[in-house]
Amino acid sequence: MSTSNKAGSFQDKMKNITDTNLLLTITIVVFFVMYIGAIIFLGAGFLKPQTFFNILNAQAALIILSCGMSLVMITGGIDISVGGTTALISMCCAVYLDFKGGNIFMAVVIALLIGLAFGLVQGFLVAYLDIQPFIVTLAGMFFARGMTTIVNTKPFNVENEVFVALKDTRVIVPGLGSVNKLGKYVNAYVEIGVIVALLVVILMFCMLRWSKLGRQFYAVGGNSQSALMLGINVKKVRFLAHLICGLLTGIGGFVYFLHVGSGSASHASGAEMNAIASSIIGGTMLTGGVGNIIGTFFGVLSLSTIQNIVSSSGRDEAWWTGITIAAMLCLFLVVQSVVMARKKGK
Amino acid sequence: MKDGAAMKKDNAVLRMRNIHKSFPGVKALQGVDFTLREGEVHALMGENGAGKSTLIKVLTGVYTKDEGDIFLEGNEGAVSIRSPQEAQRLGISTVYQEITLCPNLSVAENMYIGRTRGPVQNWKKMNADTDKILQSLDIPAKASQQLASCSIAVQQMVAIARAVDMDCKVLILDEPTSSLDEQEVAKLFKLMRDLKAKGVGIIFVTHFLDQVYEICDRITVMRDGGLVGEFEIKDLPRVQLVSKMLGKELDDLSDIQGEYRTYDKREDEAPVLEAEGLVSDAGIKPFDFHISKGEVNGFTGLLGSGRSECVRAIFGADKVTGGTVKKNGKPVKISRPIDAMRNGIGYLPEDRKIDGIVGDLSVRDNIILAQQVLKGFFKPFSKAEANKFAEEYIKLLSIKTASADTPIKSLSGGNQQKVILARWLLTHPEYLILDEPTRGIDVGTKVDIQKLVLKLASEGMSVTFISSELDEMLRTCSRLIVMRDRKMVGELREEDLNQTKVMNTIAGGDK
Amino acid sequence: MQGKDSNRSGVTSFFTKLFRQQIFIPLAALVLLAVFNLIADPGFFKITLGYNSAGNPVLSGFLITILDSGSELAILAIGMTLVTAASGGQDISVGAAIAISGSVLLRVLCGTDPRPEQLQAPIIVAFLVSCLVAMLFGAFNGVLVAYFKIQPMIATLILYTAGRSIAAWINLNALPIVSEPSFTYFGEFIPGIPIPTPFFIAVACMIIIGLVLKFTNLRLYTQAVGINANSSRLNGLNPAFIKFISFVILGLCVAVVGLIKVSRISTINYSVIAKDIEMDAILAVALGGNPLGGGKFNMTASIIGAYVIQLLTTTLYKFNVQSDALPAYKAVVVIVLVVLSAPVVRDWISGLAKKSKVKGVA
Repeated sequence: MSTSNKAGSFQDKMKNITDTNLLLTITIVVFFVMYIGAIIFLGAGFLKPQTFFNILNAQAALIILSCGMSLVMITGGIDISVGGTTALISMCCAVYLDFKGGNIFMAVVIALLIGLAFGLVQGFLVAYLDIQPFIVTLAGMFFARGMTTIVNTKPFNVENEVFVALKDTRVIVPGLGSVNKLGKYVNAYVEIGVIVALLVVILMFCMLRWSKLGRQFYAVGGNSQSALMLGINVKKVRFLAHLICGLLTGIGGFVYFLHVGSGSASHASGAEMNAIASSIIGGTMLTGGVGNIIGTFFGVLSLSTIQNIVSSSGRDEAWWTGITIAAMLCLFLVVQSVVMARKKGK
Repeated sequence: MKDGAAMKKDNAVLRMRNIHKSFPGVKALQGVDFTLREGEVHALMGENGAGKSTLIKVLTGVYTKDEGDIFLEGNEGAVSIRSPQEAQRLGISTVYQEITLCPNLSVAENMYIGRTRGPVQNWKKMNADTDKILQSLDIPAKASQQLASCSIAVQQMVAIARAVDMDCKVLILDEPTSSLDEQEVAKLFKLMRDLKAKGVGIIFVTHFLDQVYEICDRITVMRDGGLVGEFEIKDLPRVQLVSKMLGKELDDLSDIQGEYRTYDKREDEAPVLEAEGLVSDAGIKPFDFHISKGEVNGFTGLLGSGRSECVRAIFGADKVTGGTVKKNGKPVKISRPIDAMRNGIGYLPEDRKIDGIVGDLSVRDNIILAQQVLKGFFKPFSKAEANKFAEEYIKLLSIKTASADTPIKSLSGGNQQKVILARWLLTHPEYLILDEPTRGIDVGTKVDIQKLVLKLASEGMSVTFISSELDEMLRTCSRLIVMRDRKMVGELREEDLNQTKVMNTIAGGDK
Repeated sequence: MQGKDSNRSGVTSFFTKLFRQQIFIPLAALVLLAVFNLIADPGFFKITLGYNSAGNPVLSGFLITILDSGSELAILAIGMTLVTAASGGQDISVGAAIAISGSVLLRVLCGTDPRPEQLQAPIIVAFLVSCLVAMLFGAFNGVLVAYFKIQPMIATLILYTAGRSIAAWINLNALPIVSEPSFTYFGEFIPGIPIPTPFFIAVACMIIIGLVLKFTNLRLYTQAVGINANSSRLNGLNPAFIKFISFVILGLCVAVVGLIKVSRISTINYSVIAKDIEMDAILAVALGGNPLGGGKFNMTASIIGAYVIQLLTTTLYKFNVQSDALPAYKAVVVIVLVVLSAPVVRDWISGLAKKSKVKGVA
């Protein structure tokens, strides 16, 4: 009797938890399980703080891109142009800094402007002309990739001094570090991009959680017809989602550029895919209305942990990464679809 | 101005005068008047196509009226309502049958989203305010709960709470009870009474008669886009209400029975189709059913009584969850429409647009579709055959179309319906189900279709005929199965087949 | 006078009829591009007969290139048209799927040795195996779309990501080379015939799909499901299965293109083979005037659309646009097409036309 009561109260709790929080919990648990698994099976390398921070260093740009992606997905759309735009931004900034000898601030402005331009046009087409977001952003992706080649064909490294100094800036993480092979204690560090990424995560989280606009994104994604009846300007909200995503792509593009320090047409290939996968693993529903930026953050970490596990478990052939990501994406998609179907059935 | 003065006298909060609205080819509203008093629950009744939803949409700014005036208490002169937002600002709130809230947000958010100022969401205050409102209205929900985790009834109440909190003077409840169980309805009614006491005028649209008599003060009845009348509830017994809704006057068709009505003893023949304990996932109670060769029977009952769900279960259109079906005495399994079709059953669905026509396809393709599917994937009709069928039925049913190549979506409603009818006639079914074949089409076509039904029956086809218009059913059917609240409540035949008896059975006992 | 009048109205009605025909769109684009090339450089249309390294007669020239490369696209357009019509979305994994089927083909032909002296299996067997695999991957997409009800583009995004990796994995990242000369016949020339073989393969596919459309109900069923799935179900169809089948058919088309692609170079490059071809295939369907939201389709228009896309590509090449930059131009074409076909824009334009008419009368 008492057990059934307990079960009842647990069920009640499960019932009262919101979709967003439920999926967020799953994501965080998945990440920790994976990271602990990595420590157990792949050795203590994963215990070193720097291993974790290296994941952050490598994925800072992806975290920012994924935040934008999650936002668009929460409103029920999608943006697959982020990878191409990132490549275009890298190339434009690289050309500007190296060939034109420009200064770093203008480079940042260029990055933001390109991102915003893409967000603006795509947002207009999706929100106000009511064209499928996938087609629009697919065209955006091809346009960005093509433009990258038109701007400059060959990949090259940027040698602008200010830029290189910025790129190599290491922000020491106080209190964390490890002893290296030579027996010397080395402080753990992160790159500047990570700071930017964390700021973006915090800002986006606050915006989605505590601003009225943020809640409107959820409302539109949950049921756009209802949102309209509740007095929300659905078109404007959709437009803003793409615009903000564009802005974040601008920031993320520059952070990516800062990390790789070069321009190339093949940069950030598949980044849109990773961003979508991270968002979905992080608990953002493809159907819209459900998602959490913290979840997305952990989604990126989960994804790159998996990639690390795959590559350090001896399977360093490049194809495994693609297959793993796709498999995870497929799994989470099917789970979501089944969850939704059961909900409807109820 | 005169109306403004009149409003004060009889406590009216809303007065609609001489409202006209037409759509291409249809006059949806023709000079309708409507008055809502302070603190009353006013039922708006009428069958399909009566115009009640159009009237409500005019009032809530979804449609703009062609003619007429709307007066609201506290506003000098007539007001113009051009959008749902504007209606809300004027104090007209609507709760629709389908819940128009966001299921992924919390209860509190659904209460406040889209109507508060400032950029920042104050969760603490919002939750506290919401809890206060929920408590005062006795709604069993927590502010922080996700809406989707509430029952439909509670969601409905949250929608009402939102409307109430917006200081509405007029609250429109558009079939809010259609998906609620008895207890939930009781809760809803308690809420409605509380609001009434606070002086809110409530327009209540429903098709459950019991509920009308339980909660409403006055009734306005509409039919065919026109006003039938406004009545005090005590002056209008159920039977009269039903008769007013269905319309009693006989038109020029009274003679068609004489021509064809030859069913008399058909019923005694061995049944073509028998069903026992049939039940589907669409929420009907298990029912038994049988039909004989050459018989025309019908399901009657008000909208939402379950008449469509019954025939959908017979055809396998909804998921059948129990019961047995026998065809000519042999047990058959019908779980998908194709099974029913293979057993010689045809089904003309209730909603022509959603379930019937394939809009972009030509009239010809729409006509041959069902027969083609029956014939099989690898045996397409030749162009000549298809054309022959199409021409034959276009002529037979006098379908008005530019050519057989015209996309069906550009035809008028009546002609679209004839095309769907042709589709099923082409399959030469033994048993044909017609669910509202006469809805939303012109009178001439209505007569054509009824005549056709009788002719088909005289040739040996069994037909189930469903219509919102009782006259049509009485004229065509030899047996009427009466539905109320998703249950079969009676079967009428021979001398019982008259309006009074049918209406009495539909209405149930006067309580 | 009267004769002239009736003549004129006859001409106008002919043109209005033509305008209404779906096939008008790709044909107009074809004429436009052809005229542009004619003015810019009539040499574009020059065809020369030469001999290849094996001493066989071959035709060459821009038109032949179009006929050659456009044929791959035309084959894909057939499948893509069906998928679009039935499911109301597009398959963006075709490029990756071509890589897979090409890789399977080579794996069967070469066995485990990337440089075999002779073929390990007959070409036909290898091709059939690759067909099977491609159809399986099509079925995978189909299941996600039809039964799990995931939007087609998202569902196919999975294979789009993993496809090229899977292709590399099949041959363990080796790049097998087929030395058998007869294998090149499919992508290049059959000795003695100066017209590229892919054209013949495409014609064969067109004939097959033509026969299928004529002798089965594929067209009616697909269109009915794409336009109104509800109504189709009530007429005895199984909408999910028909969507599923359309993806399987696209898989078959993919396998054929995979054969041509691999045969052209007798080997494979996993990251480059059929790159961005999904964009061209979608574009061909759109240019053919088929609604990307599903429903009615016109196969001939799609196929012409495919050749027009190739004409566009070749024209751009001729003006020294780099292959990597091509997508930018095509993206612009896509956007223009979808913007023009968006209902909002159409309403706006027709509203504008009405207004100007009223003004003219006034």
